[in-house]
Amino acid sequence: MSAATLYGLCAALLAALGLYGFVVQPHPLRKIVAFNVFGGGVFVVFGVAARRGAAAGFAADPVPHAMVITGIVVAFVSTALAVALLLRLHAETGRASLRLDEPGADERGDGA
Amino acid sequence: MSAGFVLDAVVAALLVAVATGAIAARTAFAAVVAFVAYGLVLALAWVRLAAVDVALTEAAVGALTGVLLLAAAARLRPSEAAAESELPSAGLRAAAALLCAVVAAGLAAVVLAAAEPAPTLAPLAAQQLPATDLGNPVTAALLAWRAIDTLLEKVVLLAGLLGVWSLAPDRLWGGRPGAALRARGAALRAPRDGALGLLARLLPPIGIVVGVYLVWTAADHPGGAFQGSTILAAMWVLARMAGFVDAPAVSDRRLRAALVAGPLAFFAVGLLGFAWADGFLAYPDGWAKPLIVAIEVPMTISVAATLALLLAGPPARGPESRG
Repeated sequence: MSAATLYGLCAALLAALGLYGFVVQPHPLRKIVAFNVFGGGVFVVFGVAARRGAAAGFAADPVPHAMVITGIVVAFVSTALAVALLLRLHAETGRASLRLDEPGADERGDGA
Repeated sequence: MSAGFVLDAVVAALLVAVATGAIAARTAFAAVVAFVAYGLVLALAWVRLAAVDVALTEAAVGALTGVLLLAAAARLRPSEAAAESELPSAGLRAAAALLCAVVAAGLAAVVLAAAEPAPTLAPLAAQQLPATDLGNPVTAALLAWRAIDTLLEKVVLLAGLLGVWSLAPDRLWGGRPGAALRARGAALRAPRDGALGLLARLLPPIGIVVGVYLVWTAADHPGGAFQGSTILAAMWVLARMAGFVDAPAVSDRRLRAALVAGPLAFFAVGLLGFAWADGFLAYPDGWAKPLIVAIEVPMTISVAATLALLLAGPPARGPESRG
């Protein structure tokens, strides 16, 4: 097995782990962390494709690298925005939950 | 089995271990700590995949993400107990695990059944690189061949910052982000002592040199405007945490100018391409290098300011606390 294949299989696991955490973990901050784990796995799949594209004296295809760099920065911006939204939600309601008001709960909600 | 492959196997196993920690840790704080480790090990993996530019980005941006998430985890700690009761039932968790396993199997099949020979743009890159006067093909991809992606990404950075700022309550608009320094006004005379104060004195001079070096060297070696500006932003965040500097008011005109200087310079150079060369973002022969430097210098300032302010969050103190 080549190193690129090894990292490719590892990336598949990372993406699945991140996706699982994103679905299962109830706390929004845990979802944000899990989504970043997922993103890391997806980027590595791209990096493996770049490594396999080594040619013409380059150890890897440089174009996917440039796109992953752009992707990492955009992922940071999204994370910062998500965290800011979550902190505002927490400041407004005292809770950090994505759940709508519990069934049978008071009409005005129980968050305030 | 070569030593290199053993190293790769160790890095891959570590990645899965710290990712599991980031997902399954008991507290959000522990999950974020595992995530910071994940970012560092991921940077090692990028080096092993011959992507040094990406490794630098991952290490630098990963550190900023870590600071952001750690601060959020500390603020949100009281809300964690309530979230535990919302954990899905065991059956639902098993179903989610099964579906995620299917995703993993699908990705693994893509990796194992990849096309031979692998599709690549490397020969084209090697052929076109001399026309850009650059030695680093990743920089050439970012600022010449795929410059439109990079330009749009700068706009996304600004849009993200506007999104964060817009979360401020109306009465605080125009104010400064973050909590007030411990003793307002006295802060610059009595900054924090201890390890944080020492680091905030020692590291910024080194970090600023490293950041500027990474921007400058990117033309021919691994580095780049993102990586450099991320380190510059981190130095400012360190100084701010130690109480040496305060965050600027978001209504500050000089700050606004610094934020838009990079995208405006990029856009102006792009428009010049209509007059001088073949079209938007095309560089005339022999002018690629100076034009790229003309984009990168204001861009570094803008990206550093944007990243630092994204970390600082929305305005939290009203404009009246200025000065």
